[in-house]
Amino acid sequence: MGKNLLLEHDHVPGIQSYEVYRKHGGYAAVEKALKQLSPEAVVEEVKKSGLRGRGGAGFPTGMKWSFLAKPEGVARYLVCNADESEPGTFKDRYLMERIPHLLVEGMIASSFALGAKSAYIYIRGEYFYVSRILENAIDEAYANGWLGKNILGTGYDLDLYVQVGAGAYICGEETALLESLEGKRGNPRIKPPFPAIAGLYGCPTVVNNVETIAAVVPIVNMGGDEYAKIGIGKSTGTKLISASGHINKPGVYEIELGVPVEEFIYSDEYCGGIKNGKQLKAVVAGGSSVPILPAHLILKTANGEPRLMSYESLADGGFATGTMLGSGGFIVMDEDTSIVKNLWNFSRFYHHESCGQCSPCREGTGWMEKILHRILHGHGKLSDIDLLWDIQGKIEGKTICPLGDAAAWPVAAAIRHFRSEFEEYVKHPEKIKDVQHYYRLNSLSEA
Amino acid sequence: MNNIRFSDESLALVQKMIRRYPEGRQKSALIPILHIAQAEFDGWLSPAVMDYVASLLNIQPVEVYEVASFYSMFNLKPVGKCVIEVCRTSSCWLLGAEDVIRHLEKKLNVTVGGTTNDGMFTLKSVECLGSCGTAPMMQVGADYYENLTLDKVDTLVEGFKSSGKRKSYTDKPEPRTI
Ligand SMILES: Cc1cc2nc3c(=O)[nH]c(=O)nc-3n(C[C@H](O)[C@H](O)[C@H](O)COP(=O)(O)O)c2cc1C
Ligand code: FES
Repeated sequence: MGKNLLLEHDHVPGIQSYEVYRKHGGYAAVEKALKQLSPEAVVEEVKKSGLRGRGGAGFPTGMKWSFLAKPEGVARYLVCNADESEPGTFKDRYLMERIPHLLVEGMIASSFALGAKSAYIYIRGEYFYVSRILENAIDEAYANGWLGKNILGTGYDLDLYVQVGAGAYICGEETALLESLEGKRGNPRIKPPFPAIAGLYGCPTVVNNVETIAAVVPIVNMGGDEYAKIGIGKSTGTKLISASGHINKPGVYEIELGVPVEEFIYSDEYCGGIKNGKQLKAVVAGGSSVPILPAHLILKTANGEPRLMSYESLADGGFATGTMLGSGGFIVMDEDTSIVKNLWNFSRFYHHESCGQCSPCREGTGWMEKILHRILHGHGKLSDIDLLWDIQGKIEGKTICPLGDAAAWPVAAAIRHFRSEFEEYVKHPEKIKDVQHYYRLNSLSEA
Repeated sequence: MNNIRFSDESLALVQKMIRRYPEGRQKSALIPILHIAQAEFDGWLSPAVMDYVASLLNIQPVEVYEVASFYSMFNLKPVGKCVIEVCRTSSCWLLGAEDVIRHLEKKLNVTVGGTTNDGMFTLKSVECLGSCGTAPMMQVGADYYENLTLDKVDTLVEGFKSSGKRKSYTDKPEPRTI
C-alpha cells in the first residue's frame, strides 16, 4: 500500500496557498519544534527516525546534522539542494510545485534544529517558474509570522531565500552548489574540509535535499520512533520515486520503503506495467548514475529473493548483480530498447556536464562518448569494449567529486550485463539502422 | 556602449537581491542578476552587458565572464526571440525526443544550435529538465511543454510565431494545469 507522509495532501485544491495548507495541519511541526522542543531535541528525533539523505547518497541525516561545527559567534547555514538534475529524477519539482509550504515548513524546523539564522534554497535555473511558487510561499510564511524576527515569540530569527542556478548538473554536488551560491563557477571543492566545518562563506553549513528536509516535518510531528517503524530495516520511512520510461503510468509515487520492485512496476497503484504490452528489458533504478540491471536481476536478487525498493535490497549483490536506490529516478526500458544507444545517450550527458577540473573525468567522459558513438555507427572493434571498460575503471575514484564515478558506473554496468549486445553492434554493422541520422544529430548538437 | 542601464524596476530588484547576502558577499547575487540582464537585453549577454553587471556588483569583468560561460542557460551570442530547448536525455530520448528535434529542424529550417533567418527561433537540445514523467518535453522561456506530440509541437510553434513575443526564463509563467 502507498503510504503518504509527504504527499498526503498533494491533491487538495488550493494546497499551494498558506490558508489551505495550514487548515490541513501545516506548520504544526514548526509550532512543536519551537515551542516544545529544543534544537538538540529536534536533532535527536531526526536521529531516531533513521532518515537517510534523499539526494542520492543515503547518508543518515541525523548524523550529518550532529557533525555541524558550532564555533561561538560564527554564522551557520542550512542550504536546501533543489538542483535536481540527475536524469530520471523529477520528484523535488513535483513536491515544490504542489506543496511548496511543506518545504518551507521543513526548512524552518531544520534551521531551528541547526541554529541557522539564514537559509537558502538553491534551485536549478530551469525551474524558474517553481522558484516563483516557493517565493510566494515564503512571502506568505513571513506575513503569518513563521519567518523573520522572533518567530512565535520564541526569540528565534530566521530569513529564508530562494536562489536560482543557471543550468549545470554539477551544481547538484554540494560543494559545487556552494560555489555557485557564492556567485562562482560550479567547480566542486576538495574535501576536507567538509561543509559541516567550512561550507557557505567558509561557515559551518548543512546541505540537504528537498525531500530530506520535507521529511523532517512528519518526523517532528509523529516523533522519530514512530517514523522509524515505517519502512524496512535501515530503510525507514517513505521515499518519493520518479517513475518514467516505457511504463503505463509515469509519475511521482510515494512508497513505503520495502515495496517489492515487481509490485512497483506491474501494479496499477504504481507504474501499471510496461507500455504497449511489451516485455521488461532493463531498469535504471536510482537516476542515470546507478548501475543498470537486466529484468531478471531487478525483479529478483542473484539469490532468487524478491528485490525490494529499499537501500539494502537494491544494493544486494554489490555492483556485480545489484544497484542503488540513488535519487529514486526509476527509468524503465522495454524489450526494444538498445542498451548501446542508451549508454551513448548517458555518456554524452556526463561528457557535457563534466566541470573539467579533473583530467580523468574531463578527458575520459569524452573518450567514452566517442567510442560508443563509433560502435553505434558500425565502426567499432571488439577491443573497443575492453577499452571502454579500461577507461571507466580509470575514472572511478580518481576525481575530486563523484561525477566521475557517476559517469563510470553506467558504462561498467551496461558492459557487465549486456556485453553481447555491444559485440552484436561490432560484428554486424550491417544490421544497424539509422546510422546516418545518428551521425547528423551528434555533430549538430555540439554546435 | 555606455547607454546600457537596467530599467528602474530591474535596478530595484537587483538592489533587493544584493541585500539577501551578508556584508561583502554581494557577488552571490551574480547569477540571479545575469538572468535579469539576459531577459532585459535581448536574450543574451554581450560583453558590454556583462561589464555593466560587473560594475553594479563592484567585481572584475572577468569574474562575470567566467561565470556566464560556465552555465548553459546563459547565451553569449544573439539568439532568437523564442529559444526552444528540447530535452534530449534518457526518458525523453526513450520516448521520442529525437523525432521532436528532427521535426523542429525541418519545420524551422535550422539545425540544432541555429537561429531562423527571421530571428524568431533558436533551436537547442538540452539535458534532462526534470520532467521525465511527462516525456518528451521542451522548455521555452519560463514554460515547460510536456507530453509532446509532433502535432502539439506544431501548434505551439504557430502560437509563438503569431504572438511574436520574446520569451524569457524570468517571464511570468503560463498557468499550469496540474
Ligand atoms: C554530480 C552530482 C550531482 C548531484 N546532484 C544532486 C541533486 O541534484 N540534488 C541533490 O539533492 N543531491 C545531489 N547530489 C548529492 C549532493 O552532493 C549531496 O550529497 C546531497 O545534496 C546531500 O543531501 P541529502 O543528505 O539530504 O541527500 C549530487 C552529487 C553529485 C556528485
Ligand atoms: S529526461 Fe527529459 S526531462 Fe528528464
